Amino acid sequence: VIPVLFVFAYLAIVIYIGVFAFRRKIGEHPAEDYFLANRSLGQVVFLLSLFGTNMTAFAILGSSGHAFANGIVTYGLMASSSALIVPLSLFLIGTRVWAMGKRYGFMTPVQMFRDRWECGHIGTVIFLVQAALLVPYIIIGVMGGGTTLYAISGGRVPFWLGGAVVAMVVMIYVFFGGMRGTAWVNAFQTTLFLLFGAIALVVIGFGLGGFDNAIEGLLSSQSTTALLTRERISPLFFFSYTFIPLSSINFPHIIIFCLTARRMQHFKRTVILYPICMLAIWLPAVFLGVAANRATEVPAIQAKLEARQTLTAQGPTLTPEQRTELRAKSAGDDVLLRLLEKYAPLWLAGLLGAGIMAAVMASDSQILALSTMFSEDIFTYYEGKEKFGETAQVVTGRIFVIVLTIIAYAIALESPQPIFDLAVQYAFSGYSALMPLIVAALFWKRSTKWGALASTLWTAASVIAIAVFQAAVPAPKVIWSIGGAEILARTPGGTAVFGFLPVVPMVIVSALLMIVVSLMTRKPGEATIKKYFCSNIILSSLDE
Amino acid sequence: MKRLLLFLLVIAVYVLHQDYWYWRAVTPLVFGFLPIGLFYHVCYTLAVSLLMWILVKHAWPKHLEKEPVSPHSNPQSAIRNPQSEDPR
Repeated sequence: VIPVLFVFAYLAIVIYIGVFAFRRKIGEHPAEDYFLANRSLGQVVFLLSLFGTNMTAFAILGSSGHAFANGIVTYGLMASSSALIVPLSLFLIGTRVWAMGKRYGFMTPVQMFRDRWECGHIGTVIFLVQAALLVPYIIIGVMGGGTTLYAISGGRVPFWLGGAVVAMVVMIYVFFGGMRGTAWVNAFQTTLFLLFGAIALVVIGFGLGGFDNAIEGLLSSQSTTALLTRERISPLFFFSYTFIPLSSINFPHIIIFCLTARRMQHFKRTVILYPICMLAIWLPAVFLGVAANRATEVPAIQAKLEARQTLTAQGPTLTPEQRTELRAKSAGDDVLLRLLEKYAPLWLAGLLGAGIMAAVMASDSQILALSTMFSEDIFTYYEGKEKFGETAQVVTGRIFVIVLTIIAYAIALESPQPIFDLAVQYAFSGYSALMPLIVAALFWKRSTKWGALASTLWTAASVIAIAVFQAAVPAPKVIWSIGGAEILARTPGGTAVFGFLPVVPMVIVSALLMIVVSLMTRKPGEATIKKYFCSNIILSSLDE
Repeated sequence: MKRLLLFLLVIAVYVLHQDYWYWRAVTPLVFGFLPIGLFYHVCYTLAVSLLMWILVKHAWPKHLEKEPVSPHSNPQSAIRNPQSEDPR
C-alpha cells in the first residue's frame, strides 16, 4: 500500500504543477500561449523538459530489459548514438526551426513545409503520416501507466483503473496547463528520474553485494560473460542503430518543443548538457539490467533466466508459439522493479516507484503535439480560425486532447501491448525516414513539394510493408539471398536488409526520392526562396 | 576552412562510435567493475559533450538570433489558404 500512496501523492503533485503552479494571465494570442507557452520557456525548464520529452518509459524500463537480455551493447546501441545525433540535430535543425517560428509565426512543422514549398494538401498528407506514426506512442503511454501502477501496487490497482488514473491525470494537466503546464511537469519528472537512477544504482548495488562482485559472478559463466561484450549483436546492426536517433528531431512533440524557447541561447547549454543527461539516465539503467542476471535470488528474475535457458537449449525444436511464450517469459522490462522490490526498503521502493511513473508518463507532450497539429494544420488551415476566432481554436485543441485521450485509453484496454510495442518500433524508423523533409526544407533551395510528397509516401509505404512482412513471415527465415549474401531476412528482432536494420534503406531511399523528384519538378517561386535563403534566416544553402 | 575542420571533427566522432576493436573484450575492468566496452562508450558520451561545446563556441549560428519581425504581423497567406495548392 505504501508504494501506491507515494505514487498517488506524486500524481497529485503533478496535477498541481501542471494546472496551478505556473499559470499566467492569457495574453494577446491565446493559441500561442496554450500550444507554445508563448515561446517563453527559460533555460532550465527548456533543457529538462526537452530531455524528459525525449525519454519515454523505454529509457529506464525498456533499456534495463534490453540490457538484461543483450548486455552492455544496449548503451552503445541506444544511448551513446543518441547522445551524438540528438544534440547535433538540435544544434543544426532545432535552432533554425526556432528562428523561423519566431520570425514567421509557425507553430507546427507542417505549417513551415506548406509555406516553404508553397503547398496545401501535400501538407495535409504529411500531417496524416506524422499523426499515424505518433498515435501508437500515446497508446503505449496509457498502457505503461496501467502496467506500472499494477506492478507497483502488487496487483491491487487493476490495469484498467491504473490506465484510467494515469490517462486522467495527463489529460487534466494538458487540458488546463497546455504547453507551459506540460513543460513544467516534464521538468519535474526529469529531475525525479535523474534522482531515481542514482538512488536505484546505489541501493541495488549494495543489495547485490557490490558491483565488482556481480561482475565477477557474470564472468564465471561463459553465457553471462557474453553480456559484458557486444558479441550478441552484429556490427552492421550496431551501425544501423545510429540511424534511429534521426527520428528524434522529426517527432512532432520534439520539433514543436523547439519553438518554445524564449531565446535561441537556451539551445547552447541544452546541446552541451544533453549527452551528460543521457549518461546519467542510461548508464545506471543499462548496468543494473546487466547485473540483474546475477540476482538469481529474486524468484521472478530466476524464472526469466530459466525461460531464456530453455529457449537457447531447445529453440530449434520448439513450435513458434512456444518460442513466443518463452520470449515473453524471459523479457526483462520489469527487472528494475523486481530488483527494487527485493533490495529497497518499502518507503524507498514507493519513492522510486514514483520515479518510474515519471518515466512512464511521457504521453503528455505527444497528446499536446497532436492537438497543436490538429488545431493548426487542419482546423486553422481549413479556415476554422477565420470563421470562429482564436479562442475557438484553443477550445478545439482542448476538446481534441479529451477525445484523443479517451480513444487511446479505449484502445489500450482492448488491444494486446506487443502490437503497439511493434508499432512504436516502426514509428522510430518512420520518423527517421522523414528526416530528408526537414533537412531539404532548411538547407536545399531546389527542394520541391513533390520531392517532399515522394519521401512522405515512401515512408508510409515502407512502414506498412515492414509491418505486413513481419506479421506474415515467422522468424528466423532468409527470404532472398544471392551467392550466400542475405539480401532480405526475417530475424527474431525484426527485419534485416543486407544485414542492416530497415531504417537504413528507408532513410537512403527517402533522401534519394527527395533529390530526384525535386530535380524533376518545378522549384518554389523566387519570392519564397528569397524569404528563406536570402533573408539571413538560413546559414547557407547546399546549392552554394 | 574552419567549417571544414568542424565538419571533419563531427564525422570523426561519428566514426569513433563504431568501436569494433572492443567488440569481444571484457577486460580490463575499469574501477574493478566497468567492462572496457562500456567504459569506452561512457568516455565517448563525455567526448560528444565536448564536441558540442566546440560547435557552440565556433559554429554558433549567431545571425539567427537577430530580432525578428513580429510573427503576427505576417499575413502568412500561403500557409493558411488551401487554394494556394499548385494544381500542376
